[in-house]
Amino acid sequence: MIRLSVPFRQALSRLTLPVMLVLSLGAVLIGRADQGLADRLRGVLDDVLAPAYALVTAPVVALEHGSGVVGHLFSLEAQNQQLRAETAKLLQWQSVAMALEAQNDALKTALNYTPSPMPVFFTANVVADLGGIYARSVLVSLPPGLTQSGANVVGAIAMDGRGVAGRVVEAGDRSARVLLITDLNSRIPVALGVHGLPALMAGTNGADPSLLYWAPGKPPAEGDMVLTSAEGGVFPPGLPVGVVHYDAQNDPVVLPLADIDGLRMVRLFCYPSNQPVLAPEHDTPRTAAKSHRKH
Amino acid sequence: MVRRASVRRDMNIWRRLDMASRYVWPAAFTISGLLLIGVPLGLPGLAALRPAYVMACVYFWSLYRPVSMPAPVVALTGLLLDLLGMSPLGMWAVLLLLLQGATLVSRRRLVTWSFKLNWTAFSGFAAVVSLLAWGLQSALELRALPWLPLVVQMFMAFGVYPLLAWIFIKAHRGAAAVELA
Repeated sequence: MIRLSVPFRQALSRLTLPVMLVLSLGAVLIGRADQGLADRLRGVLDDVLAPAYALVTAPVVALEHGSGVVGHLFSLEAQNQQLRAETAKLLQWQSVAMALEAQNDALKTALNYTPSPMPVFFTANVVADLGGIYARSVLVSLPPGLTQSGANVVGAIAMDGRGVAGRVVEAGDRSARVLLITDLNSRIPVALGVHGLPALMAGTNGADPSLLYWAPGKPPAEGDMVLTSAEGGVFPPGLPVGVVHYDAQNDPVVLPLADIDGLRMVRLFCYPSNQPVLAPEHDTPRTAAKSHRKH
Repeated sequence: MVRRASVRRDMNIWRRLDMASRYVWPAAFTISGLLLIGVPLGLPGLAALRPAYVMACVYFWSLYRPVSMPAPVVALTGLLLDLLGMSPLGMWAVLLLLLQGATLVSRRRLVTWSFKLNWTAFSGFAAVVSLLAWGLQSALELRALPWLPLVVQMFMAFGVYPLLAWIFIKAHRGAAAVELA
């Protein structure tokens, strides 16, 4: 260890705070200059933290699910019987479903039906609540081997059992961050009621997102169902979001169907990115010119 | 020579370890608490407690045991807070360092104050820092953020300090006291 003189050490200890302050200001500047840096750092941190959070969260979940793990052991036999009965019933339904699917396919072929994109979906555990005072997001742990399968997790839609909870904004190898629909930055095109009137659902940092930009003269009606709309090409159409409610006159909000504050498990729907693009692609002529020049 | 040996006990490995663990107690508590706040316990808005919690940690330890809360640790905690929440990178590092600077400057006076006066002083500091955070984040994101969370955060800081101080005062006299090793 290096021996330093006392005055020098004192000066050094006095300098640490200003030096750290300058470094932090530098971090702010770098963060402003390179917006992706913070996202990459967050991805790395989330990947490190997700397994640890999963470990800590597991006992919490175990405690929640029906008063202890030991209690379940006594009812194992009864549960097995019940599951066997359910499996038998479901197998019958499976054959019915297969017959119906075949019939459905035949009918679709006859109608020249264009299928809507099929999402790849998987279940993810919510392991941590990573909001701030101006942000609402949760950390989910991804099943292993997902990135190898080539699924594009960023942009995936997170739903709990009942409705849309949010969208994945960042994803690492083992974890992903879901921006909840209540977040200030969340903007979701929605369709209201049976006629599918367009509007925009904007997060307000509170419990209920508000509705903006609905068609003039056609205000959303109390109790209207709110579904996602494909406008903008980010969300697939027809996913349930919530119900219209009026807190005050001329101020419609959406009561989300998803249990935003108590998310434990979400399904992430990864939609294929080869959906038809409505905007003209600017890159095509340039690449064509480049390849032309090469030849 | 004999007397000196009796005053300075021999520095064996266990005593060194004991001293080191006491020395890092405040920083370890701060960072692990910051991470633990994220565990979803089904309490809505628990994550919003983070800034108030970190401010209380930085204030208390800068005041009573500044050696155990060095500036690099404060900066690291701030960065962690920025990465965990969605605030601009480095913003909380700057704010926490400013809080520490302000605490260290007024330390000689604050140390002599009673608990209630210190609580008031912390609430004042936290209110100013929260206001700065609101202003900075609004400026960096180029829009006015809602002010209600700001007020909530000020009240959270006010409410969380006595509880944390109760734990910290015990630690200050026991688990974090390097001189007792």
